[in-house]
Amino acid sequence: MRATTVNVLMKRISLLSLLGLVWASAANADWALNMPRGVTELSAETYDLHMMVFWWCVAIGILVFGVMIYSLIKHRKAAGHEAATFSHSTTAEVVWTIIPCIILLVMAVPAAETMIRLEDSRDPDLTIVATGYQWKWHYKYQDQDIAFYSSLAMPSVKARFKDSGVDPFGVENFLLDVDRPLVVPRGQKVRLLLTSNDVIHAWWVPELAIKKDAIPGIVNETWFRAEETGTFRGQCAELCGKDHGYMPIVVEVVEPDAWEAWVDARRPGGAQLENEE
Amino acid sequence: MSSTVADAHEAHDHHGPEKGIKRWLFTTNHKDIGTLYLVFSLLMFFIGGFMALMIRTELMQPGLQFLHPEEFNQMTTMHALIMVFGAVMPAFVGLANWMIPMMIGAPDMALPRMNNWSFWILPVAFGLLLSTLFMDGGAPASGWTMYPPLVLQTGDAFPFLIFSVHLMGLSSIMGAINIIVTILNMRAPDMWLLKMPMFVWTWLITAYLLIAVMPVLAGAVTMLLTDQFFGTSFFLAAGGGDPVMFQHIFWFFGHPEVYIMILPAFGIVSEIIPTFSRKPLFGHDSMVYAASCIAFLSFIVWAHHMFTVGMPLSGQLFFMFATMLIAVPTGVKVFNWIATMWKGAMTFETPMLFSLGFVFLFTIGGFSGLMLAIAPADIQYHDSYFVVAHFHYVLVPGSIFALMAAAYYWLPKWTGYMYNETLGKWHFWLSTIFVNLTFFPMHFLGLAGMPRRIPDYSTQFADFNWMASVGAIGFGVSQLLFVYVLLIAKKGAKATDRVWEAPRGLEWTVPSPAPYHTFDTPPVKRVHEESFE
Repeated sequence: MRATTVNVLMKRISLLSLLGLVWASAANADWALNMPRGVTELSAETYDLHMMVFWWCVAIGILVFGVMIYSLIKHRKAAGHEAATFSHSTTAEVVWTIIPCIILLVMAVPAAETMIRLEDSRDPDLTIVATGYQWKWHYKYQDQDIAFYSSLAMPSVKARFKDSGVDPFGVENFLLDVDRPLVVPRGQKVRLLLTSNDVIHAWWVPELAIKKDAIPGIVNETWFRAEETGTFRGQCAELCGKDHGYMPIVVEVVEPDAWEAWVDARRPGGAQLENEE
Repeated sequence: MSSTVADAHEAHDHHGPEKGIKRWLFTTNHKDIGTLYLVFSLLMFFIGGFMALMIRTELMQPGLQFLHPEEFNQMTTMHALIMVFGAVMPAFVGLANWMIPMMIGAPDMALPRMNNWSFWILPVAFGLLLSTLFMDGGAPASGWTMYPPLVLQTGDAFPFLIFSVHLMGLSSIMGAINIIVTILNMRAPDMWLLKMPMFVWTWLITAYLLIAVMPVLAGAVTMLLTDQFFGTSFFLAAGGGDPVMFQHIFWFFGHPEVYIMILPAFGIVSEIIPTFSRKPLFGHDSMVYAASCIAFLSFIVWAHHMFTVGMPLSGQLFFMFATMLIAVPTGVKVFNWIATMWKGAMTFETPMLFSLGFVFLFTIGGFSGLMLAIAPADIQYHDSYFVVAHFHYVLVPGSIFALMAAAYYWLPKWTGYMYNETLGKWHFWLSTIFVNLTFFPMHFLGLAGMPRRIPDYSTQFADFNWMASVGAIGFGVSQLLFVYVLLIAKKGAKATDRVWEAPRGLEWTVPSPAPYHTFDTPPVKRVHEESFE
């Protein structure tokens, strides 16, 4: 057995035995359990909303399941409990209708505020048109005269087929790497215009908290402003045919001057035009 | 003349079922048709389950081992269509056929010949659908949501898909009409509407939902058909159409459809919990209002399935608020079930265990549903495994557990024998453990960024996928135990007429097994009052 396989097996055995403690393993960087906080203001806001509703659910769950479990233990026939005969209580019913309404209101207000900010794509610093194809993405920087296709990277392609003989654990960023990533400057408002050439695709990068459908005949709009540099990976999120799982998205966020240099190299007469359309 | 009619009537009253295959082909008896529906849905449950296991086997580890991507997509699509239209919906219709006439004191369904037809359409519909697996281009692979333009890339299977959906819709509409007519016209004297058992109530509401939305689905798929073959462009941008319009129409059907698959489950659980708590259902009337409220809201929340298609802000806000509102009546239901248990004298026979499992795990599905209602967060969750976890929590330990609870609860009434309680409990505990092992890790996968409907994934998702696959295989094997319980049912003790210690409802006033014809004359008021106090 290969070393990686043994490791994986060992980890899985411990995973199963630790099933009850699965939350405790959140610290283990290998096992992503939660939504990433992301690198934009709105991704952090989305994360906070997600956590707020999650904790509300935990609190309500503890209360509701607590009452239920108490009843299951105390009000058993085997424990000698005699059945009561009541069958309604208007007070109780009014209370448990009104309290959820108030909790919902508490959730709805910040959710609506974030939603409004998400939709505000005015005054971008940079506009990129992303077009979905079966099964790759095409990016066009609207004011920079740069356009290229972005497809699944070769190491993943070699490992993706049935009986390929390549161990996916040996491929770095298996299925999440592309030949030519989208490069954007840090701290600038990037507006993304999405459309498709064939069927519906969806452009999803969790760290940017963006998911928007790319639909033939329609131009959809979304935006992000990455506050940190780094490489962020995502995938097509709308079933688009047989290779739906093989059209990843990679966004490289670089410092503005590095981005300028990247753009200059791709201008007509620039150094790096080979393989780019 | 009048004596001849009386004689014929007399003869009719006493004849039993016909012998052999003709009994099942030509039957107009609600109990026979109920049995047909239930057996058919169990068969579909195993076919759909087999496809689920193909999916989970492929996803057990990264890399492709068993299926090509196009085969994988066929499996996800067929699994969903078969489970939704072939397993869950017909199972509820089967229960309605068996139980509604007995619960309201009617001799049969109102429209018995149509009843026969609405069942026998189903094997044809699913025969057509399953035959596409062997066609050029394979079975439909565009997801059960059939979004254009992708669905128009389906091969020879395309018209068969459309026609089988038409047939399923036809069957559902006829079944729904039958149920509404039966409930509204054939109740025992003095069983006014708010005295009806919850299962009857929730089915009445469900039947109205079916009549409202199945024609909408039929319309949507017909437009797909004409787009493909007759040169129309309802959904084709190149011809001036709009692919998003299909999604609006589909989900106008699709969201009420979700409640079609859960409201009868609410009804079942509302029958079982009072029986085993030895206490009347808490807040019967508010349960009715809550179910009606859920049904109404189901018509104005459809676009929460579409927060990423690029709707106007005002539309997104409206659908977010409307969706959040559903939590209120759903909460009322859960609170009422717990209030029913409160200060009861509970025992934990298999039907009760499945009902309690339902309340716990459906509530977890409800929580993730509330999270999904929050539009900005939904943009992250949408089309990820978080959604897969959510709807499987409400459908498997939701609808399927309620169906299992119903089967154990009424099986002694149907067969006249008590099932094996030990095996029933094993079935419950194994199902509960494995269902959580299967679907709970999917929450983590989705949050960590794994999209749904992909045949292969990055290595960081490997552990939880492996766990889910182990759970799925365990869950699948556990269901064989249920078949075994059914097969050995006749070895059990003879069931009494009341079967349980404190059941409520007219179905427990007839002998076990229920005779071929029950309530040839409406139950007298005395019986009725006793059962409904």
